[in-house]
Amino acid sequence: MTTSPARSAGEDTDREMFMTASNQPEILVERVVARTPRRTAARLRGLSDRSIVWFFITPTIVLLLAINVFPLIWAIRLSFTNFMSNLPRPSRFIGLDNYSDILTDEDVWEHLQVTAQFVVSTIALQVLIGLGLALLINRQFRGHSFWTTIILLPMMLSPAVVGNFWTLLFQPQIGPFNYLVGFFTGLAPSSFSMIGDVALAPWTIVLVDTWMWTPYVMLICLAGLRSIPDYIYEAAEVDRASPLRQFWSITLPMVLPFLMLAVLFRAIEAFKMFDLVNLLTSGGPGSTTELVSITLKRAAFEKWRTGYSSAFAIILFVTVFGAANIYVKALNKVKQR
Amino acid sequence: MMTWHKTSLTAALALSIAGLLAPEPAAAQGKSLTLCWAAWDPANALVELSKDFTKQTSIDMKFEFVPWTSYADHFINLLNSHSKECDLIIGDSQWIGGAAENHWYVKLNDFFDKEHISMGDFVPATVLGYSEWPKNSPNYWALPAMADAVGWTYRKDWFAKPELRAEFKKQYNRELEAPKTWDELIQVAKFFTGKEIDGKKVYGAYIFTERGSEGITMGVTNAMYGYGFQYDDPKKAYSMAGFVNSPGAVKGLEVYKELYKCCQPPGLTNAYMQEGLDAFKSGQAAMQMNWFAFFPGLYKDPNVGGDKIGFFVNPAGPAGKFSQLGGQGISVVAFSDHQDDALKYVKWYAQPAVQQKWWELGGYSALKAVVDAPGFPKSAPFAPQFLETMGIVKDFWAEPLYVDLLLDMQKRVHDYVVADKGTAKEALDLLVKDWVKVFKQEGKEM
Repeated sequence: MTTSPARSAGEDTDREMFMTASNQPEILVERVVARTPRRTAARLRGLSDRSIVWFFITPTIVLLLAINVFPLIWAIRLSFTNFMSNLPRPSRFIGLDNYSDILTDEDVWEHLQVTAQFVVSTIALQVLIGLGLALLINRQFRGHSFWTTIILLPMMLSPAVVGNFWTLLFQPQIGPFNYLVGFFTGLAPSSFSMIGDVALAPWTIVLVDTWMWTPYVMLICLAGLRSIPDYIYEAAEVDRASPLRQFWSITLPMVLPFLMLAVLFRAIEAFKMFDLVNLLTSGGPGSTTELVSITLKRAAFEKWRTGYSSAFAIILFVTVFGAANIYVKALNKVKQR
Repeated sequence: MMTWHKTSLTAALALSIAGLLAPEPAAAQGKSLTLCWAAWDPANALVELSKDFTKQTSIDMKFEFVPWTSYADHFINLLNSHSKECDLIIGDSQWIGGAAENHWYVKLNDFFDKEHISMGDFVPATVLGYSEWPKNSPNYWALPAMADAVGWTYRKDWFAKPELRAEFKKQYNRELEAPKTWDELIQVAKFFTGKEIDGKKVYGAYIFTERGSEGITMGVTNAMYGYGFQYDDPKKAYSMAGFVNSPGAVKGLEVYKELYKCCQPPGLTNAYMQEGLDAFKSGQAAMQMNWFAFFPGLYKDPNVGGDKIGFFVNPAGPAGKFSQLGGQGISVVAFSDHQDDALKYVKWYAQPAVQQKWWELGGYSALKAVVDAPGFPKSAPFAPQFLETMGIVKDFWAEPLYVDLLLDMQKRVHDYVVADKGTAKEALDLLVKDWVKVFKQEGKEM
């Protein structure tokens, strides 16, 4: 294949431009201007800086409006109606009925309580174990990288995979988990069911979530630990501060903003938790592990009560948004200290 | 030579013209129908059966089979969005109210009259359950396609073991036989639970406990009907207090829980058809509750089928002997572009010869000519039980809002039976409250 002289010349110019770009940016700008078609250049030349800003951000704003703001406004509108998306009948404006139905429904409060227990338990465990692991990983030891990778593995798996394989692990008759417990305690493996027992099921979902997401908390804590300058510890050692004292007076206060950030991220995620729990227990036995996200899914996509579920989603959104805002303010105060 | 050429040319021309004028086979025109149903054993039999239809009409048959867990969601969404994906649909019995009122199905009365298809030729329970809306009115939206109900299988070989028979007789002073009442069922289930048979610990009975779709409701009603549960006052429609939560209904619910607590294989807290089949096939359960649709497959199973398996009708309670109706009717989708061809399929499917073949392939015909034939009870080991069951079936609500009613019952019953929440009376009182709310939303007078 032969290259036309015109194309060759163009390529040479490009190469030249690239080579000079790093040390002579003004030359690059001049050449770009020179290469801009006259008509386009004439149109752009008249634009103010503000117009150019709008020119660049408009597509993003349009996209944001289309996929975030518009659905939100639409959901707010639907939340005041009795619309059911599986029935082809016109919806009716019912005011605040959906909101009052939800807020006076004992079952909803029960599911909120289940969710709160799940959020608090998972976060407490993940913070404790995550910080502990980060403190261990922060030390240099043989096989450090290998163990870090192993610890991070659960976080990299898909929740669908995690849900399915833990369901198998927890099978009372063939699952290794029950055999392991039986081996250490002497209990018959089929005498208990981790996901079918009312007392055990809530702890089972906490256990699996903790297994999966503790590495995430560990990573954030590790970033915090690595950001503490060594000289502070050196100064503490000169002052003969004990390791415990160093932890309470240096490590914890300096890692706290990171830890609080991890708590914020995990709390939001745990509050929205659906996939893992749906695969493990489907909210059962009964409604023992029915988190609000599962209640919402049932209302929206099983009962098809679209208006009701929109109101439910708005209530949950406001709750998370409000709580997150208060928390972020507290986080900023901690950072400023 | 010249004459031969002329004759050949004329013949070829004539053939070409005849070919152009003759009605072209439909397959050549690319005609096809899509039939939608659940993915299970009978669906495979229907594929086999439909080959005859294609042979006769040259209309290709395409199938869309969706797993039971998403069957209702998937197809109700399609129908609601006026999709043309399905030309024919074998829809669940509970959809009939919504499908008729929302005009998703073509009303078949005129078609039945024109083609001399009489609903009197079908088992009455299936016409009521699968075809009519409003119930007990001659308005037909489907042709009974797959008769089905809940029945039981048991390990005949275990029941025949002399040592077990002797032990049972000594313990209960009667023979170890397939149970006829719920009391007997619990007795037998308790007897087997914990026994070691063929080197394995076994359990008494597998029953439905599934929470997400319809499982536990389709199971528990089999006990509750027998103890007096009714959906509403027979004299006043939608009046449910005292019927849904009657003392008999409460007792029926307690009996189901007792059976679950004593004798269900471990871990089956959220289990439906497939889990039951697995438990039975793997030799974990002495008795199994399941749909008749699966019995042909179980009978053929090399490990538990043949002489090892027996079948029995849902046991009786103090209020009588009833069974939960399953099964579906076949309907023409109102949004289909091929309604005429779809109706041709329904006409073909209603023929006695086709229905006979349907039964032989493993489907369950609802045509009286098939099930009332003298040879029918001996045509399969489960045929007599099926025949008896189809005379005692009851169905769940078929209102347009049946999903709400079903999910409410799923929650209340699962909470009580599996999660030990409250008492049976409290569960049914709450159910009445839930159902009243749903019907009030629908504008029903109570």
